[in-house]
Amino acid sequence: MFQDRMGLLSDPNRRRALTNLLTRLNTPICVLCYLAGVAWFMGLAFEPFTLRTYMSENAMGSTMVEERFPAGERALVTAREFGAHKRKSGAMPVDWLVKTMQSRGLEVYTQSFSRRLPFPDENKERYMVRGTNVYGILRAPRAPRTEALVLSAPCSPDNSNNQAVGLLLGLAQYFRSQIYWAKDIIFLVNEHDLIGMQAWLEAYHHTNITGMDWAPLHGRGGSIQAALSLELSSDVVTSLDLVLEGLNGQLPNLDLANLFYTFCQKQDILCTIQEKLQRSDWDSVSGYSQAVQTMALMVLKQASGRPWGDHGLFLRYHIESATIRGINSFRQYKTDTTTVGRLLEGMFRKLNNLLERLHQSYFFYLLPSLSRFVSIGYYMPAFGFLAVILLLRALDLWVQLGALPSVTEDGVGVTDQSSSPSLVSILTPVVISHLTGAALYTLPVLSQELAVQHFPVSETEAVVLTAIAIYTAGLALPHNTHRFMLAEGTEQGWRVLKLVAVLYLAVLLSCTALINFSLGFILALTLVPVAAFVTPHVPKVLSAVVMVLLAPGCTLLYCVFAFQELQEAPVSLIDGWMLFLSVISQGMLDHALYGSLVYPLLALFIYPCWLILWNILFWK
Amino acid sequence: TARPCMLISSSVALDFVLIGRTSAFLLLHQARAERFFRSDHTNNWAVLVCTSRFWFNYRHVANTLSVYRSVKRLGIPDSHIVLMLADDMACNHRNPKPATVFSHKNMELNVYGDDVEVDYRGYEVTVENFLRVLTGRLPPSTPRSKRLLSDDHSNILIYLTGHGGNGFLKFQDSEEISNVELADAFEQMWQKRRYNELLFIIDTCQGASMYERFYSPNLMALASSQVGEDSLSHQPDLAIGVHLMDRYTFYLLEFLEDIHPASQANMNDLFKVCPKSQCVSTPGHRTDLFQRDPGSVLITDFFGSVRKVEITMETINLTVPGIPLERFGGEPHTETALAYVDQLPVAQIIHQKPKQKDWHPPDGFILGLWTLILLVFFRTYGIKHLKHIF
Repeated sequence: MFQDRMGLLSDPNRRRALTNLLTRLNTPICVLCYLAGVAWFMGLAFEPFTLRTYMSENAMGSTMVEERFPAGERALVTAREFGAHKRKSGAMPVDWLVKTMQSRGLEVYTQSFSRRLPFPDENKERYMVRGTNVYGILRAPRAPRTEALVLSAPCSPDNSNNQAVGLLLGLAQYFRSQIYWAKDIIFLVNEHDLIGMQAWLEAYHHTNITGMDWAPLHGRGGSIQAALSLELSSDVVTSLDLVLEGLNGQLPNLDLANLFYTFCQKQDILCTIQEKLQRSDWDSVSGYSQAVQTMALMVLKQASGRPWGDHGLFLRYHIESATIRGINSFRQYKTDTTTVGRLLEGMFRKLNNLLERLHQSYFFYLLPSLSRFVSIGYYMPAFGFLAVILLLRALDLWVQLGALPSVTEDGVGVTDQSSSPSLVSILTPVVISHLTGAALYTLPVLSQELAVQHFPVSETEAVVLTAIAIYTAGLALPHNTHRFMLAEGTEQGWRVLKLVAVLYLAVLLSCTALINFSLGFILALTLVPVAAFVTPHVPKVLSAVVMVLLAPGCTLLYCVFAFQELQEAPVSLIDGWMLFLSVISQGMLDHALYGSLVYPLLALFIYPCWLILWNILFWK
Repeated sequence: TARPCMLISSSVALDFVLIGRTSAFLLLHQARAERFFRSDHTNNWAVLVCTSRFWFNYRHVANTLSVYRSVKRLGIPDSHIVLMLADDMACNHRNPKPATVFSHKNMELNVYGDDVEVDYRGYEVTVENFLRVLTGRLPPSTPRSKRLLSDDHSNILIYLTGHGGNGFLKFQDSEEISNVELADAFEQMWQKRRYNELLFIIDTCQGASMYERFYSPNLMALASSQVGEDSLSHQPDLAIGVHLMDRYTFYLLEFLEDIHPASQANMNDLFKVCPKSQCVSTPGHRTDLFQRDPGSVLITDFFGSVRKVEITMETINLTVPGIPLERFGGEPHTETALAYVDQLPVAQIIHQKPKQKDWHPPDGFILGLWTLILLVFFRTYGIKHLKHIF
């Protein structure tokens, strides 16, 4: 009678029943959860589950402004002048820019910067970078200099983005004659795109995160509230593409995207995101597939952790920013520069009305299209299902560990073993895996000199190939670590190690998903099945192959191929492999230049975790 | 209070009766004289409040300034207007036409003008200051321009605009005034005889909730929308980039532009301003606390400061007060001296009737009852159960 009143978990009979249930149903529930996670993610783009975008910020209101920008043609003339001077001087025509901005009534300043990359960048063909940023500040006529807005255009070495600089200068002249500006407007032309932007931002905010060499800024506006980066390479455009993904997967406030979309509709310009057109039949099958493709592209771009436009570096300083890219394709309806200028004028007038930073709308979202969004509350459960699998496995292992001593007492197996595995036998694989990860992180860049001396490869190739070599060498570790083990591994030993690995992976993936949902979700998709099913008792060869196929490196390879497919530019295997190599080198460069965290995360944490699981597979 | 005017007019009538002259000509004078004393206010005040700040609330400042402009045009001087504006739109950095506040698109009407006198500006517009202005409880250092120096013959117009909800009005994005507070403030005004009649106009969302709780006499209230409805704004101006006015006040201004100091338009016309077809919301009004018939209340009784001057070419014999009483041959009793009403009737406060408390049975009774119940319980079931209780 006394036991009737005991709690569910403190009653040994009931507890045994529960744990039996857990052990029996573990695998089916794990499989179900995995399928549920994937299905939930795919269902996010389904039109009835998404919400229509709307303006949340009261101060920005509707598109209630009268845009009067007249000087599109003059902007194109300026663009041609800029292009000519750029060709003549080979680099950025600093003097011409300074003179032009001064004639438009701005306060002009320059900033020089220099940076030596850790290894040459083959995509952009640069190693020792030296450049100058030119920026002009339009002071607000009556307001105190406490807030600022930024309009930037990159100065590209070839013949692109001339029209962006021309439009920037045209807008500067038009804005200068208006009296309703309540914030300073900074017109920035940055050289060497992201490197120049990083130098400017670091100098503006008096921080030095990446070890770049820059001259301090002589002129400054107030604290920057919002920034727009413009990329325009043709006189007329057929559509404007909005790029939101920034460094480490950060996104600007959704209100900025809403602002862009409402003004696109007002000016009757075709607007795209991920370069996919808007359509009216989102609930049809083809509409759904386009929505899924757009969302998947956004997930892949966010997971890569690199800034996809010059705006990407502003987000670190909590400045809402986006890049507007003009695209000229073979379409009949063309939009001229004046209309693009009017769109920018409208957006700036609305941003001018802001009283506080944009904070009313979402910071974490996915966009299946420009008019629909999925907020964090809706997409997080997809990752939650995957994380639950790890927790269920951990519970199962805990139960098994609790049940094991009674099994070994029965005499099967070695008798003179201690009942709990020694700490050393657990720590050894962990430490060695992390050392390998550290090697993967540091050695490729450090040993490029050595590699270039001994092998006929360029520095970039040396770095990338060293990384791949270390990654593959890690596969041979289990055979070698056993030499360091003092005793043979026990049944309990690998269970404890797996428990540690599973919990470690769960914590890692959850923290990653909080900051960058896309990266966490993609890693979880491949690593969670690996962590769930691996034991020393599964068939070795088959599971070894599966584990290698689901390893972080191969995940990256699949992502590269998927990205190209989704962009409707599928690549062959060779080209895909070359792209994969360049992605690795870009990842390392991003980390060194801008502080992207994807490469350290993969090398120092995810890869060692996978190595621990690999060790468990080959447990003896 | 004694009413010398009424005595004069009644004495005039009696005089004529006694003397026996009954001609239509003199009755006309009598009618005109009686109309002279139709309303018993002698001065007009206006308290105009805009409670919201920020550039996108431009229309609330424009609303208040429109009513200010009408009220000034109809004769109320700045010394009798307390204008409270929570933010400065004319000099806002975002105003493309500085030093102006427009109430009509295409910038037809600049209600800011060049002689606007703002008494409470910016952060001074708070609930506390508003209530102090109404009740007169201001520190001695407050200048006269910031005081509502009304007396028991003042007709006061109170106009509020801003963002509101069911039962409250938001001040400055940080505090609220509730309809109960407002009703109590008006009751304080009535007890101190700070008004003769009061017209309350409110242009906010769910404005009718603000006058639901009034309980003091001589109050008339108008609101731009009923409970559960939103008051909408009228026109955006694309050059300025904001909405310029709210619908209700826009049509109110249009109506008031036709009023001139000698106008005979009455309150029933005011109630018809901005029907649902124009305003989208349903304006409401409340007249049950008002003693006169709204049809006989002139617009200028509240919106203007009409001096009661009648030019006549005839002589009218008005006798000294008190003499008709003697003529009637009663005992000559002295006229009671006229005095002001006691602003703070202390005697009434001290000798108030005690508040009726709800009746409770005495405490000892309850204790005894429970003891009895417990004793009966133990008697029936035995004393051994006592250990289970304690």
